[in-house]
Amino acid sequence: MNRLLTLVAAILVVAAVVVAQSPPRRVGLGTPATPEQVAALDIDVSPDGAGLPPGGGSAREGAGVYAQTCAACHGANGEGGTADPLVGAEPKETLPFGPDYERWRGGRPDVAFTIGNYWPYATTIFDYVRRAMPASAPGSLTADETHALTAWLLARNGIIADAAVMNAETLPRVRMPARARFVRDNRKGRAEVK
Amino acid sequence: MRNRRPPGHRDGLTRRALLKTTLGAAAAGLAPDTAHAQEPVSDTTKRWGRLPNTLGARSPAENPRRTPSPTSSRTPLQDLHGTITPADLHYERHHGGVPVVDPRTYRLVVHGMVDRPLTFTLDDLKRFPAATRTCFLECSGNFGGQREETTPQDLCGLTSQTEWTGVMLSAIFNEVGAQPGATWFLAEGQDAAVMTRSIPVKEVLDEAMVVYAQNGEALRPEQGYPARLLLPGWEGNASVKWLRRMKLASQPFMTREETSKYTDPLADGTARQFSFVMDARSVITAPCYPQAIEKGWTEIRGIAWSGRGLIRRVDVSTDGGRTWKPATLQQPVLPKAHTRFRFPWQWDARPTEILSRAVDDTGYVQPEMSALQQARGRRTRYHLNPVTGWTIAADGRVRFGLQRVRV
Repeated sequence: MNRLLTLVAAILVVAAVVVAQSPPRRVGLGTPATPEQVAALDIDVSPDGAGLPPGGGSAREGAGVYAQTCAACHGANGEGGTADPLVGAEPKETLPFGPDYERWRGGRPDVAFTIGNYWPYATTIFDYVRRAMPASAPGSLTADETHALTAWLLARNGIIADAAVMNAETLPRVRMPARARFVRDNRKGRAEVK
Repeated sequence: MRNRRPPGHRDGLTRRALLKTTLGAAAAGLAPDTAHAQEPVSDTTKRWGRLPNTLGARSPAENPRRTPSPTSSRTPLQDLHGTITPADLHYERHHGGVPVVDPRTYRLVVHGMVDRPLTFTLDDLKRFPAATRTCFLECSGNFGGQREETTPQDLCGLTSQTEWTGVMLSAIFNEVGAQPGATWFLAEGQDAAVMTRSIPVKEVLDEAMVVYAQNGEALRPEQGYPARLLLPGWEGNASVKWLRRMKLASQPFMTREETSKYTDPLADGTARQFSFVMDARSVITAPCYPQAIEKGWTEIRGIAWSGRGLIRRVDVSTDGGRTWKPATLQQPVLPKAHTRFRFPWQWDARPTEILSRAVDDTGYVQPEMSALQQARGRRTRYHLNPVTGWTIAADGRVRFGLQRVRV
């Protein structure tokens, strides 16, 4: 009987220690985030267009925005400069990787990764420009300017027409040349080099 | 017995009295003062050194430095001995400079597919149950071996190791009530790039943290002060710094840094995306360029690490890869952490090449560059972890083994 009591007591002690050591599921920290607080930060744009603001613009309207705010670093026609090239010259059916590319490139110097040959989602252009560009004044473009600039970049890469207006409805429908090429991490672990 | 105390010193002396005494004595040229204490003297036993002060500094004889470029700076791996990187030598990689964040106004907003969108202050984060984790952080673009005049710092100085302290991400997700359908979250920084990455929840929840301390003190500004995400074993870019927002969702957001950057174009015409885990790697940090060694005893030293788990073994070759022998691993070996290895060697003064090769607990063996290129093609810019080493000329001069990675 004594042994049983000791055993029960020991189990209770262990249980109490375990309970004491695992933090409660909620500790009650933080304050409710107000809709205004969230809205002030919630700038991301998803491939389905969620997060795209009202407004719109075409490549024709975007040309001026590009010349004024982007060309100094990315080149007059998006060919690159101190910053990445944005417009690709190589044929779209020959993406910048794989055996086709190696054959196409032959012995020529390396060819750049651009919006036309490597970006899988058009919405990423809007998202990135709005959050980080131009580098001299990040986040300073209006929604219309950003839509128009996105249109210019897509048109210069031969993906949409110069007159096409990019907005919350049309941009998510743009099919990027590299879209089907992207796959999730296919390394399977263990010894395989991949 | 020699009197090792300054004149007038006695136990229990007040700071003010001590200051007065030492200043007076210093003025008379009798005792130590801070102005002279750091100058070398011919016999340090004949003169008092500097008194205790408020902040330590390295010996003036030691001058480890990061090597900066416009977008990153590299850790001087060849100057370090253990596995912890001093906070001021941790590599930097940022996309919009280092923001100055006021800890008093800092807020972390967590929203999206949650039951309770919440805002956390820095104090809130510090009040959570705390956790500490020692692990490496490595930029996935960490390969710089293009010349024979390459140091370990040039080659792979975009890896560093820290003892991080913070709160488990799971605790924050419990607090907001992450919904079952929330399989991804967006981590967003408050730098000028407003850096964003989409992170799969299930794959990180056991180990991910939001950290506010680095080697025991507050994060350095360039490491995300006042708080950053930490994903042990994953490419550094995903551990978003200056963390201002996490948004839970059912899909990845396809941000620039997970589409046009930090992806791996492969030989089969696909591009690998969300390739977070850093495969196993090692580097010999001594001897290395630009050293010259002498015939006879040399201890080969280096570090090995794997984002998959534990370093199981490090093989060293001193004959250009013909034969390999296991190095000694410094214990304790921690998962997803820099592991120090050492290998005793007698150099016979004949030209050779020394190499290291890491093996982790998943059975992965650090590959040759030729094997990486065969598996991936030639255009991958990230996750290059080839076997590398150093050539030793007959005169003892050490240079980076360029031929091995130029295939």
